[in-house]
Amino acid sequence: MTVTSARTQKTTASGQGELPARKRRRLRQFTRRDVVVLSIMVGIPTLIQLCLVWLPTLFSIGLSFVRWNGLDFSDMKWAGWGNYQYVFQDYTQFWPAVLHNIIWLLFLGVIGTPLGLLLAVLLDQAIRGTRIYQSIFFAPVMLSLALIGIIWQLFYSQDNGLLNFLLGTAGKPNAIDWLGNPSVNLWAAMVAATWRHAGYVMILYLAGLKSVDPGLREAASLDGANSWQSFFSVVFPAMKPTNIIIVVITIIESLRAFDIVYVINKGTNGLELLSVLVIQNLIGEGQVIGVGSALAVVLLVISLVPIVFYLARTFRREA
Amino acid sequence: MSATTTSVRIPPHEATPDRRHKKRHWPTIVFVTVMAIMWLLPLVWALYTSLRPKADTDKYGYFSIGGHFNFQNFIDAWTQGGFPIYFWNSVMITVPAVILTLFFASMMAFAVSRYSWKFNITLLIMFTAGNLLPPQVLAAPLFELFKHTALPYWLSDSGTLLNTYVSVIAANTAFQIGFCTFVLSNFMKAIPHELTEAARVDGASVWRQYWNVILPLTKPALAALGTLEVIFIYNDYFWPLIFIQSGDRLPVTTAINNLQGQFLSNYNLLAAGAIITVVPTLIIYLVLQRQFVAGLTLGANKG
Repeated sequence: MTVTSARTQKTTASGQGELPARKRRRLRQFTRRDVVVLSIMVGIPTLIQLCLVWLPTLFSIGLSFVRWNGLDFSDMKWAGWGNYQYVFQDYTQFWPAVLHNIIWLLFLGVIGTPLGLLLAVLLDQAIRGTRIYQSIFFAPVMLSLALIGIIWQLFYSQDNGLLNFLLGTAGKPNAIDWLGNPSVNLWAAMVAATWRHAGYVMILYLAGLKSVDPGLREAASLDGANSWQSFFSVVFPAMKPTNIIIVVITIIESLRAFDIVYVINKGTNGLELLSVLVIQNLIGEGQVIGVGSALAVVLLVISLVPIVFYLARTFRREA
Repeated sequence: MSATTTSVRIPPHEATPDRRHKKRHWPTIVFVTVMAIMWLLPLVWALYTSLRPKADTDKYGYFSIGGHFNFQNFIDAWTQGGFPIYFWNSVMITVPAVILTLFFASMMAFAVSRYSWKFNITLLIMFTAGNLLPPQVLAAPLFELFKHTALPYWLSDSGTLLNTYVSVIAANTAFQIGFCTFVLSNFMKAIPHELTEAARVDGASVWRQYWNVILPLTKPALAALGTLEVIFIYNDYFWPLIFIQSGDRLPVTTAINNLQGQFLSNYNLLAAGAIITVVPTLIIYLVLQRQFVAGLTLGANKG
């Protein structure tokens, strides 16, 4: 992997100067058939991407300004900002959901991601059996979030769950219903999400740590830095590309969080999230496409912040 | 980490046991071991529960070691839960979706990475951004689009694209193409230009340059991405939830939701069902772990 990125940089750097000349030469030598083939190779994926991702995104914005039950196109009525007004002012679940998303992000950002980093740093050392440890922490990354919801339900169950047993409260009246009690279930769900997230972060940081030039650490330790100092002032900054990816992944994962809470209780009773509210308004009884779409647009606008940040960083060099 | 000159000579990522420093690592080992045990608890608990007959857990309680251990729950969950049909559905969705994704993404990546023309960066940005959107943002328009795509009844019993494998395959493909294009284009950029140049001088068409020159060299990335995408799409819960109404057409991951209702408070069966759905990913994990990890980090190391 390191080789790949290093090579990429080299090619872009050395290719820069020759590109215009090369391009002109090549374009002239395309046969007619080549042009057709190339347009198809670009055209089909672009068409798929446009029709199934970007146009629907635009339609979502459009639908957020109408009042519609999703049945007949003729029933569609212009609603102006009405749906947004409803969402921001009268939709009682909206602000709790926003708060839950923020808590989710903070939890992953403050606990999940640092835990993954810590595991990566520890397992990057020469300790015996590091591969086995890595495999264990990585295992949940292979599982779907829906399945993680099920597995943790067995763990959290009020009467028969392992957690209450370990706490010694199982079967007693003070046993906590971890997923049913709205004051704790969000935290319980976030722990389950962290179980997967930390492993994911760990694996990315393990790759990131390998790409750091060992000479940097050597230099730091020769300068008398202890391992703590050399990590935070030398190694961690050197992993900037990985850090950026992980910040973006953490934000996007917490905006996308859906499967776990939907499996647990369809995202109700303390587990409301923006993504869930979108779907609750789109499917189920009394479809309110307009409100669902307005919520989708809110989600879209928030998501665009990390997306634009990431794209700007990634493509700045090339554009 | 250890700040001595002897230890820095060892490449830090290689797990070479160094006798002199093993002693220093013991707090680390204790911490990591405790964490690992905690990490395994939910999985081990599910496995343990699934191996015990319901009658025994009712008798002794779930937190006991008495009673029998057998695979009867797996057999029951397999037949009562309707797993054969769900697994078939998963295959019917995952295989075409992964092949289409890799095929389209590799063509696109080839075009944007091997040739420079006006819009290739714009397109690459568009593709990459598309993959980062929350899928809920596109759910309503895609649903309406599929609902209003009329199909003859011999092709689809709903008369539309809804409730078909095609709808889920299309959504997954569209969503994953972006990520794969991004990763593959980075990979292909690193292949020396002289190779395609030479092929072109020999009279190879664009298609031959793609199919016979670049694609074989991209195999490692395709293998890594293929593994990753199989897991991603097999694990996809959302699109079937939106597009597929009849239960017998759901893939495994979305169908486990129904198991909860079906098995009610029979945790033994539910646990067995959960373990069954893990098996395919577990096999891939054991056989292709390296590919999977490579796929994950391939996309992440360029920033």
